[in-house]
Amino acid sequence: MLSLHSTRRAAAQATRLAACVSTAARSSSTLQDSDRIFQNLYGKHDWGLKGAMKRGTWYKTKDIVLKGDDFILEEVKKSGLRGRGGAGFPSGLKWSFMKGATDDRPKYLVVNADEGEPGTCKDREIMRHDPHMLIEGCLVAGRAMNARAAYIYIRGEFFQEASNLQVAINEAYDAGLIGKNACGSGYDFDVYLFRGAGAYICGEETALIESLEGKTGKPRLKPPFPANVGLFGCPTTVANVETVAVAPTILRRGGDWFAGFGRKRNEGTKLFAISGNVNNPCVVEESMSITLRELIDKHCGGVTGGWDNLLGVIPGGSSVPVLPKHICDDVLMDFDALAAEKSGLGTAAVIVMDKSQDIIDCIARLSDFYVHESCGQCTPCREGTTWLAKVMHRFVRGDADKEEIDMLYELTRQIEGHTICALGDAAAWPVQGLIRHFRPEIEARIDAYNKSKADAILDAATA
Amino acid sequence: MFRSIVSRLASSSQMGVLAARRSVATSSRSSMAAGKLFVHRDSEENNDETPFKFTDSNMKRVEAIIGQFPPNHRSAACIPVLDLAQRQNNGWLPLNAMNEVAKILRMPKMRVYEVATFYTMFNREPVGKYHIQVCTTTPCMVRGAYKVFDHLKAKLGLENGETSDDKLFTLLEVECLGACANAPMIQINDEYYEDLTIEDVDRIVDMLKAGKTPKPGPQSGRNAAEPLSGQTTLLETPPPPDHLFRKDGQL
Repeated sequence: MLSLHSTRRAAAQATRLAACVSTAARSSSTLQDSDRIFQNLYGKHDWGLKGAMKRGTWYKTKDIVLKGDDFILEEVKKSGLRGRGGAGFPSGLKWSFMKGATDDRPKYLVVNADEGEPGTCKDREIMRHDPHMLIEGCLVAGRAMNARAAYIYIRGEFFQEASNLQVAINEAYDAGLIGKNACGSGYDFDVYLFRGAGAYICGEETALIESLEGKTGKPRLKPPFPANVGLFGCPTTVANVETVAVAPTILRRGGDWFAGFGRKRNEGTKLFAISGNVNNPCVVEESMSITLRELIDKHCGGVTGGWDNLLGVIPGGSSVPVLPKHICDDVLMDFDALAAEKSGLGTAAVIVMDKSQDIIDCIARLSDFYVHESCGQCTPCREGTTWLAKVMHRFVRGDADKEEIDMLYELTRQIEGHTICALGDAAAWPVQGLIRHFRPEIEARIDAYNKSKADAILDAATA
Repeated sequence: MFRSIVSRLASSSQMGVLAARRSVATSSRSSMAAGKLFVHRDSEENNDETPFKFTDSNMKRVEAIIGQFPPNHRSAACIPVLDLAQRQNNGWLPLNAMNEVAKILRMPKMRVYEVATFYTMFNREPVGKYHIQVCTTTPCMVRGAYKVFDHLKAKLGLENGETSDDKLFTLLEVECLGACANAPMIQINDEYYEDLTIEDVDRIVDMLKAGKTPKPGPQSGRNAAEPLSGQTTLLETPPPPDHLFRKDGQL
């Protein structure tokens, strides 16, 4: 989702962190079924309140709320939870920024359920199969921020998911779990569901806030940051569905338990969505820092045609650069390992492409996506995305000069970092990844095109 | 630095042959198809005389939606109220529906027009009874989304963005719908149809033509996004609520 780019600083920080973490040390990736947080990921059990309570949702929530904001923040910090929407900003720290606003304006939690990053389909599974985990998460995260209400901004296309979520919200109100005196804790907290209307850019936190206010989803300049001036001019924190939904379980089992999975600074479990050319595409909860190869072989039945048939993998949703096979062989799926390979964990949406695919065309299609989704506010993005797409389509045919490869790279550098939000970066990075790792393919395509053209001229002359 | 690219882009002979496959989709693209034009042009079915009024039951819903926001932020209800108007009006928004929303929410009309043109889910021209949206973004594309799209085009005799003469189908290529592990997929009105083969597409369209409702969701027999060959995780019964409960006595 676009919060992937919500803070460019977070990305920079992740890169810095990567330098400090050794790739050697990592805990075992064998996650037991009973360790998994999302027990109804596949919808085999009842998603309603009764079923959710049987699986542990709403268990001792009152005690968590009564423990207060400092306790929740401390535990979340201890757990090492980093935002699951893509940017990977430490959640405990982010939530604590709300303490900065000391005036009497109401505070809001906004849940980013505008899951639109190509490849990403994990939040959907939470919302349709375990909506109560999200609602309980809203109360717990909201308590940590002293928020008075949560708005869940769900993408408009997710109609069934929104229905389930609304039913669950109604159930929670009826059972006194949210609303006035939530869970009998004396804390008042409302949860509202808001359906978007089809705009990827609304996954960017300030665009999402604009959209919630009934406007077009055009990102705002920062500062002021949402924690200071956000929804309706009030302090607001925007957090991803998965981040919010795991919070209660972390509180119940303890921050240390969550921190026991994955490598240092990349702790926890994570939902991975694997799509593309694998035998069994799926969404699965795994430990962070699992190897990409194990993830694909264990849960997806391997790459179509075997591992050697792998062409490349986009490891974190469309916005992160593609990785070629030789990196995929042993890369770990976490923030720092992927940042070290100049890619990113993003939303952990793994898009696999085998050798039957045209990698240039795959990335060109992503460029089309960004043309369509650019909000049009900043010139480098509005014009740059179109420009990228046009050149990329010529690359697909090979109708280009080889020097244009470097020009295109330079063009992506001119878009990156020169826009209000990071959609420009997101459009630039896949193309950069392609040029970085697949330049020989582009050059071969150009050669082939030139040869066929020359042959045609010769044929015409000698006919 | 860019001169050569610019001159190349300017050369119409080069530009004219942009991959025909998605020529419509790449030129300001499905947004054009979704909203056709960004300006309003009076037509017989959509002009400032076309009546629009919320039904009484929908007016109650409008009030409930407005109640979700602080009293001085009525305009925050713009998107859900427009959606309600569209649902009441067979899936599209005539000019007067937008004007009515502006009146109810006490917003300038232009603000509502802005919203209605910005979001792809708002249709400002009539759509068919079944609005078929085909996701063709890369994760779906590598699983054969363009085969599905081409098949639908041929079967329905429609190009991207067109509505059939009998007003039964509208076909549209759209960007990622967020069901990538169940690719390729299409959305028909509010429902997702996932894990599609060409045969599934035929069956679904034929059923719709016959006035029946095909079963939404994955067509491959799986329940949701678990691996098709069988679950690799969550094979045990979910543990009881106090499983792994913290032992430090904090709660």
